[in-house]
Amino acid sequence: MNVILAVLTRELRLALRSRMDWLLPLLFFVMVVMLFGLGARPNDPVLAGFAPSILWVGALLSMLLTLDRLFRADYEDGTLEQLCLAEAPLTLTVAAKLTAHWLLTGLPLVLLAAPLAVALQLPAAGQPALVLGLALGTPVLSFVGGFAAALTVALPRAGLLLPLLVLPLLAPVLIFGAGAVRAALGGLDAAAPLYFLAAVLVLCITLVPWAAAAALRNAFE
Amino acid sequence: MSSWTWFHRLASPPSFFRLADRLAPWLGWIALALLAYGWINGLFFAPEDYQQKDAYRIIYVHVPAAALSLSLYVGMAVAGFVALVWRMKLAESALIAIAPVGASFTALALVTGMLWGKPMWGAYWVWDARLTSELVLLFLYFGVIGLWQAFEDPRAAARACALLAVVGVINVPIVKYSVDWWNSLHQGSTILKMGKPSITAAMAWPLFASVIGSYLFAGYVILRRLQNELLQREAGTAWVRELMGKSRV
Repeated sequence: MNVILAVLTRELRLALRSRMDWLLPLLFFVMVVMLFGLGARPNDPVLAGFAPSILWVGALLSMLLTLDRLFRADYEDGTLEQLCLAEAPLTLTVAAKLTAHWLLTGLPLVLLAAPLAVALQLPAAGQPALVLGLALGTPVLSFVGGFAAALTVALPRAGLLLPLLVLPLLAPVLIFGAGAVRAALGGLDAAAPLYFLAAVLVLCITLVPWAAAAALRNAFE
Repeated sequence: MSSWTWFHRLASPPSFFRLADRLAPWLGWIALALLAYGWINGLFFAPEDYQQKDAYRIIYVHVPAAALSLSLYVGMAVAGFVALVWRMKLAESALIAIAPVGASFTALALVTGMLWGKPMWGAYWVWDARLTSELVLLFLYFGVIGLWQAFEDPRAAARACALLAVVGVINVPIVKYSVDWWNSLHQGSTILKMGKPSITAAMAWPLFASVIGSYLFAGYVILRRLQNELLQREAGTAWVRELMGKSRV
């Protein structure tokens, strides 16, 4: 438990000192949504129908931007190697790092999605499903993305490869996340897709840290 | 432990290379015979479908390709698992040998499905569970191939690919059962279902032949690719030099 706390506080303290690192992805998210609004006809009612997928894809892309930095700095200054050698299990360290990543990038996206949904004229019926879906889905993005970042940490130009590795694995999250909003808009119960997202999240939290830790070890062999 | 010596012998590159060299021609010729029987009968002599007319004949390519796209992914993931757990070099090479073959069959399944979809559904592509998950499968193959090419050290590359393949295997049941789970536009299986198949024997036998033939063909290609992979990796070792000296290359 101490390991998790120590890593968490370290990551948060680092983030406090370089605010741009976690503010830029949020700006990017807002800009993607804005560009969709600008690209459509003024006040096009169709835009509200696409709001779930626009918001979900925007969230996916802005998380994708942050992944390359997730382990890179620690890899370059040797911290990561120390963490691999440390007595504390690497799985826990990685889980803490990924949790910190979600707190810094995923959680702000979830909070930002609600006002942006209003801007896209998403009806109020779809709002809770959108925010709940993102709250369950963005940690999955952090964890699966963290796994891909760990796989490519030793590569000089991982930025191009990351989308190819991450996006196919996250397709189900997008399908069920946007599906939950559509179900709520159609007057159906959004619980089923949300439960599915929750199940995926539990699976990710339990299994991905192992895989990511193995991938990090591989980078040092 | 003496009963396991055959296993260790099999896993050593030189003896596997020799075994593959003996096995591959058999697979290749039997595949050729079965595919010739399956495709000639399927394309020219099998009766027309009462509803789809001649267009259904694409199943003689589409069904084997789609089945292989899933089987090869599972095979790749199993090779990856073996490579991760037992650090077996042969499994690492097998994973790399399988990936492009699997990607090709997935692309073939998608293209043949699209060609069939235009006359039948009126559209080359629909955003439907089966089609989308098969497309995701293609991207998973591309991910493995891309990751493999990004690394310089083949062993680190193989282990990274192995991890990715094992994680990605979660997509396989989604593709396989997408037709049953969701109300998909894609039709359900007509051949592999419990009890009596809903397809006549004159159509079924060429289909079985083309499925088995395609599996054997994939086996042939993978063995040959694996042999190449082993030669490249073990270049400079005594057995490769001896082999190359013999064949005057």
